[in-house]
Amino acid sequence: MPSPTGGWSLIDAVLDNLDVFREGFVRTLLLSLFAAVAALLLGSLLATMRVSPVPPLRWAGATYVEIVRNTPLTVVFFFVVFVLPQIDIVFSYFTFAVVALAVYHTAFVCEAVRAGVNGVDAGQAEAARALGLTFPQTLRLVILPQAFRNVIQPLGSVGSALIRNTSIAAAFGVQELTGVSQGLTTANPSDVIAVLLAGIVCYLILTLSLAAGVGLAERRLAAVPR
Amino acid sequence: MRMPFTRTRQRTAPTAPAPAAASRRRQSRVALALTATLVASLALAACGDDDSDAEAAPAGAAATTFPAGSTMAELQSAGSITVGTKFDQPLFGLRNLRGEPEGFDVEVAKIITNALGIPEDRVEFVETVSANREPFIQQGRVDMVVATYTINDKRKEVIDFAGPYYVAGQTLMVRADETAITGKDTLAGKRVCSVSGSTPAERIRTEAPQAELTLFDVYSKCAEALKSGQVDAVTTDNAILLGLMDSDPDTFKLVGEPFSTEPYGIGIAKDDDEFRAFINETLTAAYSDGRYEKAYESTIGAVEPEMPTPPAVDNYTS
Repeated sequence: MPSPTGGWSLIDAVLDNLDVFREGFVRTLLLSLFAAVAALLLGSLLATMRVSPVPPLRWAGATYVEIVRNTPLTVVFFFVVFVLPQIDIVFSYFTFAVVALAVYHTAFVCEAVRAGVNGVDAGQAEAARALGLTFPQTLRLVILPQAFRNVIQPLGSVGSALIRNTSIAAAFGVQELTGVSQGLTTANPSDVIAVLLAGIVCYLILTLSLAAGVGLAERRLAAVPR
Repeated sequence: MRMPFTRTRQRTAPTAPAPAAASRRRQSRVALALTATLVASLALAACGDDDSDAEAAPAGAAATTFPAGSTMAELQSAGSITVGTKFDQPLFGLRNLRGEPEGFDVEVAKIITNALGIPEDRVEFVETVSANREPFIQQGRVDMVVATYTINDKRKEVIDFAGPYYVAGQTLMVRADETAITGKDTLAGKRVCSVSGSTPAERIRTEAPQAELTLFDVYSKCAEALKSGQVDAVTTDNAILLGLMDSDPDTFKLVGEPFSTEPYGIGIAKDDDEFRAFINETLTAAYSDGRYEKAYESTIGAVEPEMPTPPAVDNYTS
């Protein structure tokens, strides 16, 4: 019988349920990966719109960023999971969660990338134009490669926030880390703290790995060697 | 002990709803519960309430005296109590537009707090969801929990239960036009919804292992998912399902026989045997003097007029 106060029995609830944790961990990892890839692509596209010479594109980009960035993520989830089905857009809850997370973090990726673009010296764009490059070429060949180097760290922060924000999916039908932790706390009411601590460790594994990757990428790719 | 979760004091005099408004209100209850959940998650931090102007002295409470040092005496002299209940459970605990929870659990809680001599405006209700009830009791954040709270041995390891005061049973709710699902044995390959961390969610895993389980944090989301066809059935205690049906009587129906016995108890701190005995005595008295019946009729009675015989309280020794 597990004792509520101490000893090894406290972590039995964790050791006995490692497979359950692994399932939740993998789902959190996949949620993060899919959403991050989508947000990175869409965010870069949106940033391109925001720095483009076409005013309607700039306005559309700015409107998206301001609306999404100033909406709580829970509300975005709510909208995606309960409003989209009403207009017959129906996916699995996992897909819905990826969509909600991608929609939300696209705005943050956009702003990070845009900051990077603005950080590239104007002379670079002028030189590219003087060489006869079009706007897309300028952006793709000259500006963005330099911009991304400058924003590795900010993008890492967005990624770390994304990993932690996947926990909201637990309230919207996805049994990821937080969801399985909740289930296990019910099954083991005396070991709530051990179960939740194990959940925290899993999140730390993900976020710290990301931080290590970001540090490595920054050292390898830094525009100016330090 | 300020709990920055909710305002329980009444700000404006309640106005009697017009008949037309009443039916409209019924229909929008699921939507209301959904919105309430949403708003609660947004507003958690913003709702501190300074009670310094609380004026009431325990009215007519001096009649009962409790043994010195007992929880009852402490609560009586404090003149206030914090009760955990559900805020999204129609018929049991559902927060209304004034921010006050209504329902059978709330009425049962009031029977106990009245017996303690605590005036109703000093009873603070805070939201407890399925997963945080034991921690709230263990940390002393609530004095008792009346929240469709099934008594079981695992929970008894960390808290104690007075009661039971009601016995529910797990069953299934489906869309009104559903014909394929007739009970728990017809769930293979079907998408079944329940609440993460709840007893029914754990039971359906063993009762219908072939069902595909979808878990939310509140039942109102399950009802919404069932309505939109995202899931095929919602499973939990029949009492709760009746509450969900109450808001959408033509959309849903219950199917199959109950496949569990869920005695609802009142959760209190572990080893507070005096308080437990007091609650049990109060409940037993309320069974016979009409207070229990009144609580039932004004809440669950609206959907299920036949009141079941109240269950005998269990004065177990731990």
